[in-house]
Amino acid sequence: MADRTYRAAPADALRVEPLGELTAIFDRRSMQTHLVVSPMPEILGAMGADACNAADLATRLAAAFDLDGDDDVQPILAERLGELAAMGLVERA
Amino acid sequence: MRHRLRIAVGPVQFRIGSDWAEPVAALARLYAGYPQDDARPAEATVRLFAARPWRRWLRPSVHIGGDFVVPDALPLPLSMGLLAAEMGMNLQVALGWRRHMLLHASAVAKNGRALIMSGESGSGKSTLAALLGEGDWRLMGDEFTLIDPAGGDAFAFPRAVSLKNEAIAEIAARVDPSRLGPLLAATPKGDIRHLIPRTDAVAAMHEPAHPALLLFPRFGGETAIEPMGEGEAFVRLTEASTNYVALGEAGFAALTRLVRETPAFGISYPDSAAGMALVEQLWAEAAK
Repeated sequence: MADRTYRAAPADALRVEPLGELTAIFDRRSMQTHLVVSPMPEILGAMGADACNAADLATRLAAAFDLDGDDDVQPILAERLGELAAMGLVERA
Repeated sequence: MRHRLRIAVGPVQFRIGSDWAEPVAALARLYAGYPQDDARPAEATVRLFAARPWRRWLRPSVHIGGDFVVPDALPLPLSMGLLAAEMGMNLQVALGWRRHMLLHASAVAKNGRALIMSGESGSGKSTLAALLGEGDWRLMGDEFTLIDPAGGDAFAFPRAVSLKNEAIAEIAARVDPSRLGPLLAATPKGDIRHLIPRTDAVAAMHEPAHPALLLFPRFGGETAIEPMGEGEAFVRLTEASTNYVALGEAGFAALTRLVRETPAFGISYPDSAAGMALVEQLWAEAAK
């Protein structure tokens, strides 16, 4: 599967509130509330304003978390990016 | 409409109109002790009307209407006009109110702090609130609790308590009969009898109370206490709120704040005495 590139929602579009194990995200554009668990908030945080794909994300997250040498990471991130796109929290760049 | 009444419950001023005298007379009796200010503009309108003009006389059946209408709401026989009025009042508040976040929850208060109990019908939240309200708690409401989005305070909605089935005898044994409405037997919700809240609860209905404890009661089963995380409490309360979506970000902010600042527990209890003991135990810890 091609490693698609996505861009996160603009920072002022989302209100992110960690609630214990869950994170509640309010999307000001759609007025929808999304409830997500790790690693979704971490992915959104690592994307910042840049367009990035799963490979970029794996590199960035590896710097912040202990992900070194795990081949599974990239496909998992690609899947999570697809789910974030379905929620409207990231879009294809 | 030929029969009219205004009722103020907490911040909501109702205007009720009916084709029949009976439901309005029954409401007037239940709400006789509530503050009256007929000059205040009405925030919610409830209409109880006959489906066809002749239906007012022949096998009368009461339709519920108002600012908001549920198209498939069943008409009720006139003997249940009081229930129709109550359902109409609930509906208008649940669908129309925007000034506060509305939780389908009962609440009682002590020393300016609120205990909020959320649960499905049959969870016992109404009965527990009614019983606590006969003790040293102020009854804030058996059905709805209003949360101020700005400050996070809870506001009361102390309508007449809707006692159902077994709860009727339990409460009737403790209160003066003058505080009970007529028995509405075999309604679609079972047997119902209304309890007029204590005078002090009605007098204090505009006083806010800051939430101190959130409980999610479940009637039946062994006594149990289960601490609940912020995320689960948030999810349950979005489901318990009738206007969360309509409030947009204000609702989101109010709810995240509520679950962060307020300890939450699920409780199970086999009978009311056990339920009240659990409440007092958890309150003693939460109110420290």
